[in-house]
Amino acid sequence: MKTINENGVKISITLLRIFVGWHFLYEGVIKLYNPEWTSSGYLASSQGPLKPLFALLTQPGIIDWVDMLNIIALLLVGITFTLGVFERKGAIVGMGLLALYYLAHPSFPWLPQVNVEGSYWFVNKNLIELIACLLIYNFPTGHFFGLNYFIKRKPSKVKSYEMD
Amino acid sequence: MKWTRRDLLKGLGGLPILGAVWWAGVASATYKRNERSEVLNQLGISPSLPPSVPNIEGEPVRVGIIGFGIRGEQLCRSLGFATKEWYEEMKIEMEENPDNKAVEDFERQEKLNVKLVGVCDIFDVRAERALNSFNTSENKIKRYSTYQEMIHSGDVDAIVIATPDHWHAPMAIEALKNNIHVYVEKPMTHTIAETYELQTAAEESEAVFAVGHQHRQTLSFKTARDIVEKGTLGHVSLIQTNTNRNDDNGAWNYDIHEKASPQTIDWQQFLGTAPQVPFNKNHFFRWRKWWAYGSGLSGDLLTHDYDRLNCVLNMGIPDSIIASGGVYTQNDGRNVPDVLQVNMEFPRFSTGSSQVKGKEQGMTFCYSATLGNGFNRPTILMGHDATMELGNKLTVWPDGASTRYAPMLEEGKIYPHTPIYQYNPAANVPDAISSATSQYFADKGLMWTYIDGVRVDSTFLHMREWLSAIKNGTALSCGIQEGFDEAITAHMAGLSWKLGRKIEWDHEKGQLVPIEGINFDEVLLAGDWKIESRELEKV
Repeated sequence: MKTINENGVKISITLLRIFVGWHFLYEGVIKLYNPEWTSSGYLASSQGPLKPLFALLTQPGIIDWVDMLNIIALLLVGITFTLGVFERKGAIVGMGLLALYYLAHPSFPWLPQVNVEGSYWFVNKNLIELIACLLIYNFPTGHFFGLNYFIKRKPSKVKSYEMD
Repeated sequence: MKWTRRDLLKGLGGLPILGAVWWAGVASATYKRNERSEVLNQLGISPSLPPSVPNIEGEPVRVGIIGFGIRGEQLCRSLGFATKEWYEEMKIEMEENPDNKAVEDFERQEKLNVKLVGVCDIFDVRAERALNSFNTSENKIKRYSTYQEMIHSGDVDAIVIATPDHWHAPMAIEALKNNIHVYVEKPMTHTIAETYELQTAAEESEAVFAVGHQHRQTLSFKTARDIVEKGTLGHVSLIQTNTNRNDDNGAWNYDIHEKASPQTIDWQQFLGTAPQVPFNKNHFFRWRKWWAYGSGLSGDLLTHDYDRLNCVLNMGIPDSIIASGGVYTQNDGRNVPDVLQVNMEFPRFSTGSSQVKGKEQGMTFCYSATLGNGFNRPTILMGHDATMELGNKLTVWPDGASTRYAPMLEEGKIYPHTPIYQYNPAANVPDAISSATSQYFADKGLMWTYIDGVRVDSTFLHMREWLSAIKNGTALSCGIQEGFDEAITAHMAGLSWKLGRKIEWDHEKGQLVPIEGINFDEVLLAGDWKIESRELEKV
C-alpha cells in the first residue's frame, strides 16, 4: 500500500494556514488603520433569511461594537494562523466570521447578488475559505511550523548533549 | 538546553510574515489616507452644518390650511398634524415593508409652536377629514367655506396655500394685504401679471411671505454652494437637470374620489377665473394636466430643478429661454406637454475660471423631461475643471483636461473617473421609499435632508424657518425674490413652448421683452394655443 507523502501534506496545509492568516491579518490591519471604515453598508445590503438580524446590527450604538469585534476577530485569526499558535481556536473564530459573511450575502440562486464579483451557485469564496479553516482546525501545523513548535517540542536533548 | 537554528526557524518563521503583512497594511492605509487628505485640503470643501434656528416661543402661531389634498396633508404633517387615515395607510405599508420609517420619523419630529385653527377645502370629504383628525378639545379647528372668510376671521395669523396654481396668487395677495403670513406652494403664481402683483403685495405687507421650495433646507445643496464658490468645478458651461417618470402618479393621474360630485365639491369656487366648464372630476383631481389651473412640467417640476440650482448658483432669471416638446406619452385629453426640453441661457454668468481671463463666460441650463420613461438621469453641473452630480448625495469628478487639476492629474494623484469628493450624509441610513414618485423626489434631495445621520423632513425645516421668521424675524431662504425668479422662469418656459419661439428677459427693465401682437398672459392661460396654426390660417 502506498503511504501518503506526510511531509508534502504538512507543508501544503502549513502554506494554506499562512495564506489564510495573511488574508485575515491584512483585512484586519487595513480596517484598523482606516477610521472611516464600517461594515454598515455590507450589513444594510444583506440578503437572505437573516436579513432582519443583520439590519438590526446596523443600528447606531450597535454598529460600533460590530465593527470593533470584526476587526478583533480578523486580527485574532490572522495572528494565530501566521504565528502558528492557538490556531485551532483561531480556526473556530475564522469559521464563525466566515459563516456570518456568507449568511449576510448567501450565494443562493434565488437571491439578488449585491456587491458581489464573480458567479456563484451556493458555494462562494467565503465558504471555501471556511472549509480551509475547518481543515486547519482538524490538521494543526503550528507544531511543525510556528510558535507551537516550542510548546509541543522540548529542544532536542541529543543535540544539546552534543553541544555540552 | 539550547534551541538550534532549525528550531528557531521552524518556531519563529511566522513572525516576519506577520510583521511584513502588518507593515504593508499600515503603509497602504496611511498612504491612501494621506493622498486623500492632500486632495481634500487642496479642495478645502466644508460640509454644511444645519442652520441654528432660535426657538419659536410665545403664543403659538395660529395657522389655517387652504387646500387639504395630497400636498396639503403633507404640509400639515410637517407642521405636526397627521390624519387618522394616514396612520391607517402607514400601518398597511409597514406590514408590507417593515423598513418604512414614516411614522417613526413623524413622531420624532420636533413639535412646532403652532395651532392648526382652520381648514378651507371645497371638497367636503377633505375638509371633514381634517376636522375629524385635528378637532380635539385642546385644539379647536374650524372649517371655512371660502379663503376670504378664513383670512378675515381674525382667528388666523398665518395661512398655508396648497391649492391649484391659479389660486396661489389671489389667496396670497388677499392674505398679505391683511398682514396674514403666507406659505405658498410653487409655482407662486399662474401668470406674469400676478407675479408683479404678488411681489408688490409681499413688499408692502408686514406679514412674512415664503414659497414652498423646501429643498433650500437640504444640507447637500449648501455644501454644493461651497463647492462651486471655492472654484472646485471651474467655469460651469452646462447644467443638465431632468425629470424621468413613467407611472400614473408621476403623470398627475391621481385617484378620483368615489364621493366626488357637484354636491360635495364647490365647483364654481374651484374654477374661479378659469374658463367656465361644467363639473368635471378629472379636472378637479388632476388639475395639473391643464393650463387653466396648473402649468404642467414647467410650473410643477422645472421649478424644483430651477430653484435647486438657483439656490446653489444664485444665477437669477435667464436672459432667454427656448422650449420644445409635446403631448407624446399621455395623450389623455391633457393640454400641458408631457415631454419638454427647456434651454435657459445665461450668457453673462460665470462660476469663476481657472483659465485666461475672458476665455470663459456664459452658461446654458438644460431641463429635459419625459413622463414616459423612468430611467434616472442625474443632475449634472459641467465645469472646465470638474463635474458635479447634485442630489442628496454629491459627487465631484475631476475633468481630464482641467487646468486647475493638471499637476495632480499628471502626478497620478487623481484620476478623471475617480471622484475627488463625495458627500453622502445618508451612507449609513437604509431608506425605504414607497413609490416611484417619492423616489424621484428623494433622489433630487426634495424630500428630506440628513442631520447627523438622521433623516429629517425638509418641508418641516422649511416651515420651521417660516415660523421663526414670523416669531423671531429671522431670515427666509425662499422669499419673494426667489419666488419671483422661479415664477418668471417657469412662465417663460411655458410661453416659449406655446409660442414655439425664444422668450427674452430684459434685466434692466425687469420685464419680458414684448412680442408684437402677443399678450403673454392670454397665451399662458390658453388651453390650445398654437401660434403656427393661427399664422397659417392668415396665409
